[in-house]
Amino acid sequence: MWAYIARRVALTGLMLFGLVCVTFTVSNVAPSDPAALAAGPDATRDMVETIRREYGLDRPLHEQFVRYVSGVVRGDLGRSIVTTRPVVQDLARFFPATLELVLLSMTLGVALGVPLGMMSAVLKNRAPDHLARFVAVSLVALPAFWFGILLQLFFSIWLEWLPTSGRLDLATAPPPHVSGMLLLDSLIAGQGATFGQAFAHAMLPALVLSFPCLASILRVNRAEMIEVLSADYVTAARAHGVSRLRVICVHALRNAMLPTLAIIGLRWGWMLGSTVLVETVFDWPGIGLYAVSSAIAGDFKPVMGVTLLIGLNFMVVNLIVDLLYGVLDPRLRAGA
Amino acid sequence: MSIGVASSPFAQRHAAKLRQARFFVWSFTRSPSTMLGLGIVLVFLALAAFGPAIVPYPGDAGGAMNLGNRLKPPSAAHWFGTDEMGNDLFSRVVIASRTSLWVGLTIVGIATLVGVPLGLAAGYFGGWVRATIMRVTDIFLSVPGIVLALAIVAALGSGILNGIIALSIVWWPGYVRLVDAKALALRNEPFVEAARCVGASHARVLALHILPNCTSPIIVKASMDMGLAILAAASLGFIGLGAKPPAPEWGAMISVARTYMPNWWWYSVFPGFAIYLTVLGFNLLGDGLRDVLDPKSSRS
Repeated sequence: MWAYIARRVALTGLMLFGLVCVTFTVSNVAPSDPAALAAGPDATRDMVETIRREYGLDRPLHEQFVRYVSGVVRGDLGRSIVTTRPVVQDLARFFPATLELVLLSMTLGVALGVPLGMMSAVLKNRAPDHLARFVAVSLVALPAFWFGILLQLFFSIWLEWLPTSGRLDLATAPPPHVSGMLLLDSLIAGQGATFGQAFAHAMLPALVLSFPCLASILRVNRAEMIEVLSADYVTAARAHGVSRLRVICVHALRNAMLPTLAIIGLRWGWMLGSTVLVETVFDWPGIGLYAVSSAIAGDFKPVMGVTLLIGLNFMVVNLIVDLLYGVLDPRLRAGA
Repeated sequence: MSIGVASSPFAQRHAAKLRQARFFVWSFTRSPSTMLGLGIVLVFLALAAFGPAIVPYPGDAGGAMNLGNRLKPPSAAHWFGTDEMGNDLFSRVVIASRTSLWVGLTIVGIATLVGVPLGLAAGYFGGWVRATIMRVTDIFLSVPGIVLALAIVAALGSGILNGIIALSIVWWPGYVRLVDAKALALRNEPFVEAARCVGASHARVLALHILPNCTSPIIVKASMDMGLAILAAASLGFIGLGAKPPAPEWGAMISVARTYMPNWWWYSVFPGFAIYLTVLGFNLLGDGLRDVLDPKSSRS
C-alpha cells in the first residue's frame, strides 16, 4: 500500500514537471512581445529594452527555462504585467472565490445528480426516466456562458429574486478574512445577513457551473444503479423481506456510489476550467476571470499560473480519489 | 424481407452484411432521441451548405451598416430581430452555422489524425512506446481543454484561426486514450497473432486488423466531439479570444450582445439557442450511434 502511494505521488510530481514544460513552451512560442506590451503603446525602444531585461526576457531560451522551473519550485510564477503583483499573490487572492464556487457546484451536482439518477434507474424506460435522460444530454449541450446570461435575465432582472453578479452587494463589507471563502468566513464571524447575501450571489453561477457535472453523475448513477438492482444480493435482500425503499437507498446506493466518486475526481478539474466562462458572465472575482482578463491583455504569466494551479488541483484530487477508492472498496485493495 | 431483394446475386453474396445493416438501421430508427439528433444535424448541415443562398439578407453576414434598423425586435421582416448595426440576426445566425461546421470539422479532423495513430502505436506496441505516449497524453489531459486553449491563444494572439489551432492542440489526447485502450485489448486476440504468424508486418496488422476494430468508438466520439468542439470554439469567441466581431460566429455574437442585455434580449438569445441545438443534435446522434455501434460501452 505504501509503495503504491509513493509511486503515485512520484508520478504526480513527474506529471507536474511535464505540465511546467508545456506552459513554458506555450509562453515561448508566442509571436507577440510581452515586453512591448507591458511598456504600452507610447513606450520608446529603450523603455522596452529595460523591461525586457527586468523580466529576463533577453536571456537564451534554456537559461529562461531553468530560471522558470526553479522559480516554479520556489513558488515564484513571475509577475503579472497588468496587476504588477507577483502571480502567486494574485492566485492566493482569487483562488478562494473560485474554490467556494466549485465546492458549492459540486455539492449541487451530487445532491441533484444522485437522486435523479436513482429515480431514473428505478423508473427505467418510463416517462420520468426519459425526461431525466433528455435533461442530462441537454445540460451538457447548454453553453454555460449563454445559459448564465439567460438566468441573469430571468431571475435577476425580470423576477428580481437574485443579484446579477459579483460576490456581495457593493455596500456590504466582506467578513473578516479567514479562508477567503465568504460563505465560510461570514459563518465564522457570525454574520448571518452577510452569509445570506453571499449565498444569493453564489446561487446562479454555482448552478450553471454544476450542470455538466450533474449530467454525468446522473448518467453514471443510473447505469450503475440499474446493474446493481439486478444483482443477486438485492434479490436476496428483497426475499428476506427488506423493504424496497431500504434496498434501494441502503444496499444498492452504497455500491452505486463508487463510480460517482470517480466522476467527482474527473469533474473537479473540468469544473475549475469552466470557471473561465462562468466567472466572466457573473463577474465572479476568481482565477477564471483573472485568467481571462490577463489573456485578453496578452499577459501570459498569470494565464500559465492559473493553468498550473488547475493542473495541480486536478492531479492532487485524482490522487486522493484513487486512494479513497482503495479505502472504500476492499476488493481493489486486495487486487493492488 | 422481400423476395425480389433476396434473389438478386448481390443480395445473396452479401446476405450477412445486408442483414447487419438492416439491423443497424432498425435499431437506429427505433430511438426517438437519436432521430431527433439526426434531424437537427441534417438541418444544421443544410443551413451550413445553403445558408447564404436562402437567408433574406445575405449581405448582413460580414457586418453591413444600416443604422436606421438597429436593435429592432423580432418581426415578420426580421425573424430574430436586428443587431446594433441594423443587421438581420436571422441571416447572421444561419450563416454562422458554416463557420461552426468548418471549426468543428477541422478540430475533430486534426484530433483524430494525430490521436488515432498515437493511440494505435501505444496500445499495440506497449512497453516504453506506450509509457512515453501515455505520459504525455496524461499531462495534456490534466488541464481542462478550455484552460490550455486559453493559454495557447493568449500566447498566439486571438482570432478564429488561432482558436482552432489551440483547440486542436488540446483535443487529440482523448483519442489516444480511447484507441490505446481498444488496441491494447485487441493485440493479444487470436486473429492478430494469426496475422503475425503468417508474416504480416506491424503496419499491415495495425491498418487492416486493429484499426477496423476501433472505428466504432472513434465514430461515436467524433460525433460527440463535433458538438463539443463547436461549443468550445464559441466559448473562446465569447471570451473575446476567438472569432472577432463582426465575423458571423455565434460565440462572438453573444459576447457583443451581452452588453445589450436586458433590453435587447433577442440579440443574445438566438445565437445561443443555435449553439445549444447544434451541440444537442451531435450529442444525441453520438449517443444513438453508440447504442447501435458500440453497445458494450454505452453504460458510461
